[in-house]
Amino acid sequence: MNSLFDFTDFGALVALEQNSIIAGAVLGLIGGLIGVFVMTRDMAFAVHGISELTFAGASAGLLLGVGVTTGSLVGSLVAALIVGVLGVRARDRNSITAVLMPFGLGLGILCLALYSGRAANKFGLLTGQIVAIDAPQLGSLLVIAGIVLVGLGVVWRPLMFASVDADVAIARGVPARTLSIVFMLLLGLTVAVSVQIVGALLVLSILVTPAAAALQLSSSPVVVPVLGVVFGVVSMVGGILLALGGSVPISPYVTTISFLIYLVCRVVGWARSRRGRDGRIVEA
Amino acid sequence: MSESRIVLSVRDATLRFDTRTIWEGLDLDVRAGEFIAVLGANGSGKTSLLRAILGQRPLERGTIELLGEPIARGDRRIGYVPQQKLADQGTPLRARDLVALGVDGDNWGIRLPSRARRAAVDALLAAVGATAYAAVPIATLSGGEQQRLRIGQALAGDPVLLLCDEPLASLDLAHQQGVSELIDQQRHERGFGVLFVTHDINPVLPMVDRVLYLAGGGFRIGAPDEVLRSEVLTELYGAPVDVLRVRDRILVVGTPDEAHHDPEPASVGTLYEEGVP
Repeated sequence: MNSLFDFTDFGALVALEQNSIIAGAVLGLIGGLIGVFVMTRDMAFAVHGISELTFAGASAGLLLGVGVTTGSLVGSLVAALIVGVLGVRARDRNSITAVLMPFGLGLGILCLALYSGRAANKFGLLTGQIVAIDAPQLGSLLVIAGIVLVGLGVVWRPLMFASVDADVAIARGVPARTLSIVFMLLLGLTVAVSVQIVGALLVLSILVTPAAAALQLSSSPVVVPVLGVVFGVVSMVGGILLALGGSVPISPYVTTISFLIYLVCRVVGWARSRRGRDGRIVEA
Repeated sequence: MSESRIVLSVRDATLRFDTRTIWEGLDLDVRAGEFIAVLGANGSGKTSLLRAILGQRPLERGTIELLGEPIARGDRRIGYVPQQKLADQGTPLRARDLVALGVDGDNWGIRLPSRARRAAVDALLAAVGATAYAAVPIATLSGGEQQRLRIGQALAGDPVLLLCDEPLASLDLAHQQGVSELIDQQRHERGFGVLFVTHDINPVLPMVDRVLYLAGGGFRIGAPDEVLRSEVLTELYGAPVDVLRVRDRILVVGTPDEAHHDPEPASVGTLYEEGVP
């Protein structure tokens, strides 16, 4: 059990891992926000597919020596564009994702098999790692997160319109096709950041679970994103802090926290609907 | 009705899919406050007509003008109510948020709180009788309630023309009546013209001013009694078609798509739909 929880020298470790904690908090923030659209546009499976191609990109980056960050970005943006352009309808999107996903995993495994560097890096891309994030790495994560935040802020309202009611939005002049491509690019950027922190296999825990939990509690277009961000940041930062006390990767902690939050929200939502509280005004 | 202004004017319009002519030489004027039902076989270009008016489908020939100006995409003065089909679970929107999208959903950025918009949304919700479920998540609303919100959303743009594409599809009879009466009441109050695409004219028969019947590349426009007659539709389809009046309902029997194993109820209240042997 000591390998899971051992909090001697915790303060010193927190100071040492300051960069990781900042990176985790930022990922929780953008993950909770973009997760709202992943849910509304029903793209959870597509996110998983994109993350496997991001894994391939990151592995290739490692093998070719261009770096994990660059490799992840190339992989995730290419995957997001393919899914976005070919997968306009949900059925097409699912089949394209299912075709891409094993190919991405296989490609990534091939690159890692050929890579002769440290073994810890290999495993980390799939399941996450708490490597000391250095300043330039943190810098690039912050820049990418900043682009995602600003981008989401600009397209938020018309993207919501197009996601909920595409026909009416298009009739109103909303450029739904362009917005969908922009959204895929923002999603790709977010996945690229996530893969480097929680790992390709566990991206959904930060891009889907917090928003899904928030939707169990509310349908307000303001409350849901706020709760999603809170749940995302709590999962990420909480997971990193717990991981400092153990010798296993951060991902089990992050995924467990976000799953427990979801479970609690689900029970609360269920209890509410049993009491028939859907906000309808019934005349006495 | 004859002295109200013309809001939509379609002149000599022709639409083609590849080599197939959908309709040809279509002339249509919609006046303020007028309710026109658009009927016709599947594939006769009813929905395409709406798309052309919305500026989404270019015509082969002819013009479409809204209040004397060529139509443009995304014109707020055209309201659009499509078939019932809204996002299900997993959508962070309540009834009032859906209506609010009609007010400013096409603007960029994040919506900041505004008392004026709140008042506008409240007024629209009241107009379509949705105040009681304003705070209910849209996923848990019935089809009829969702369509009322869609109408409220369309009214937000203060339309001069309302395009409805099978807005009653998959609603039960009570909701069909409620939704069509709402459209009827609002067009009288606000004076917008209505183009109402439907496969069954019966739910809206009491309120229809004129019928546009599309079939076989041609069309007929006129009062329901002038158009929905056996000899008129027989000529339009180029095949024997019977129009029956049973009680206060109109039934069209023998349209070609009835014979072509078409899964959709093809025309104006077809016989098998009514359960008549």
